[in-house]
Amino acid sequence: MSHPTFLGMPPFPEAAKEALANTQQRANLAKATATIRDKRARAVAEMPDWEHLRLAGAAVKDTVLTRLPELLEQLEERVTAAGGVVHWAADAAQANAIVADIVKAHDGREVVKVKSMATQEIELNNALAAHGIDVWETDLAELIVQLGHDLPSHILVPAIHRNRSEIRDIFVEEMGKVGRPAPDGIGDEPAALAEAARLHLREKFLRAKVAVSGGNFAIAETGTVVVLESEGNGRMCLTLPQVLVTVLGIEKLLPTWADLEVFMQLLPRSSTAERMNPYTSMWTGVTPGDGPQEFHLVLLDNGRTGTLADPTGRQALRCIRCSACLNVCPVYERTGGRAYGSAYPGPIGAILTPQLRGINQHPVDAQTASLPFASSLCGACFEVCPVRIDIPDVLVHLRAKVVEHKRGHLGTEGAVMAAMRATFTSPRRLGAAQRLGALGARVVGRRGRLRLRGPFWIRAWFGTRDLPAPPGQSFRAWWRKQHDRS
Amino acid sequence: MTARDDMLARIRAALADHPATPTVPREYHRTLPDADVVGLFAERVADYRATVRRVSPAGLPGAIAEALRGRVVVPAGLPPEWLAAADVEPLHDDPPLSVEELDRADGVVSGCAVAIALTGTIILDGGTAQGRRALTLLPDHHLCVVRADQIVGTVAEALTRLDPSRPQTWISGPSATSDIELNRVEGVHGPRNLAVLIVS
Repeated sequence: MSHPTFLGMPPFPEAAKEALANTQQRANLAKATATIRDKRARAVAEMPDWEHLRLAGAAVKDTVLTRLPELLEQLEERVTAAGGVVHWAADAAQANAIVADIVKAHDGREVVKVKSMATQEIELNNALAAHGIDVWETDLAELIVQLGHDLPSHILVPAIHRNRSEIRDIFVEEMGKVGRPAPDGIGDEPAALAEAARLHLREKFLRAKVAVSGGNFAIAETGTVVVLESEGNGRMCLTLPQVLVTVLGIEKLLPTWADLEVFMQLLPRSSTAERMNPYTSMWTGVTPGDGPQEFHLVLLDNGRTGTLADPTGRQALRCIRCSACLNVCPVYERTGGRAYGSAYPGPIGAILTPQLRGINQHPVDAQTASLPFASSLCGACFEVCPVRIDIPDVLVHLRAKVVEHKRGHLGTEGAVMAAMRATFTSPRRLGAAQRLGALGARVVGRRGRLRLRGPFWIRAWFGTRDLPAPPGQSFRAWWRKQHDRS
Repeated sequence: MTARDDMLARIRAALADHPATPTVPREYHRTLPDADVVGLFAERVADYRATVRRVSPAGLPGAIAEALRGRVVVPAGLPPEWLAAADVEPLHDDPPLSVEELDRADGVVSGCAVAIALTGTIILDGGTAQGRRALTLLPDHHLCVVRADQIVGTVAEALTRLDPSRPQTWISGPSATSDIELNRVEGVHGPRNLAVLIVS
């Protein structure tokens, strides 16, 4: 089975235009984000110490980043001592190869998978498909995306862009092609759709030999890995197969066991807006007689060290993938997640994706360079972030990087800026420009506003903005006239 | 150079500006002073649409008998008196039950390690009367017995009682999903019925 990819997506403005025209998707998103926003607000409001938890969460994650080498070495030592095997993967290709080798070593032709952002980022499913290995996504939303030959559009609810009747159609059409078909005459009630997923996946859980997961946290002090989930698909994957492979971004560490007291409160309320998610699994290496008897932990870099090198941008690595910033973002609510062309959509994606792709080190492609501009800088994302990532600040910082990379071949924008610099540094040139502007305003102004059409390089800016028409006379001209008179 | 050396070297280079390790401000609440933790726990578990009953030690076998029927998985170390009144076919995990046997079971009865009042969470750690993780996962009905002295107020208090080297399952209500239009639906892959008996 082949899996769709984000590779080759157009820049954000182009993708957004297409997404905005999809009225069904916009309606689905507006409904879903409004629901979760209200729920989250209630879940947070009942915690009088929420702001203290956020401050602690940010500081713990900053501690992880500043002590990353020693904490990774400590985690490796503890996991190894508990019977696990630790692998290091500098990039996606290395991580995918490690996972494929483990599956093949067990003669595996299929794996069951717990929803994981890291494995989406490295497009593991495509890599395993190339080795002839079937990958079964077991999270309900991931299953909907996979069966629909679709791309995810949300960190927590990857099928948020689909409504119940679309999901029903996908199940009826696709389930039978890869396993147990959807029950005859199935309706579109969420409970019936959940039941169909339960029946479809049951046989896959019971026979699977190898599972692949991500991880929400890994405790350096103890070697414990933590996965939060809701449906029980995570427990199935983490408990029943003989072999478990966990792909973990290197920033996912927590220094100590006690630090969970902060994050097991911040994450559920910020993501699913619950006091606690239904299921959390925690395991340390291998436990004889209970769960997988072979455990592999793949530590993934894939651009994280490049992100870490930027003192402003590194705070993006605090992210615990709750998706609260997506749900409050006015841009995300309208465009949906796929327009961002990355596994990480929304405000966090706009700062994380470009950095993982190397924007701090070198010029990036046009799609990546468009992401830091996919924001109105309203700041709602920072307000809800459980680890206080100042997303607007990083967005502005990354916009500057994009402009920096353009130095030397500035194009239209640069030429306009150069002309403005020349104008504003000379009183004579400024006066001339103002007279010219006043004259022009009389020609193209309408009710005191300018609406400029004209060539494409003007439309790019003025297509969505108008401008007050310059007055007939500038202050300088008026002053001079007054003094000439006296 | 191995990928490990390469990554560690790159991380050290990335931190060449020597950012200071912050002091973590821990002014959040670690305890719930003056709270009725048993009452709060019962209320919060019920919010997840689990069935909650408070019973006396003497009433426990009767309550268990009412809640269970058919083939019931019995983890090692479960006090025999818990099942004294129950008319069930017990399935013992010795030798280990196959996944098919577990899948066909009607239910499982277990104890727990710790419970958290603030979040309505039950924590299993594979200890006495809990068994390996699969036992409380595959049967569709999970009856969990929680002693009042196992209930703490907060997440922080629970963590101090737990041993990280043991595999843990934190359970807050029956399995659920919000993946369809962000509406919560109880009952997906894990047990669709969670019943909790609080003994005090």
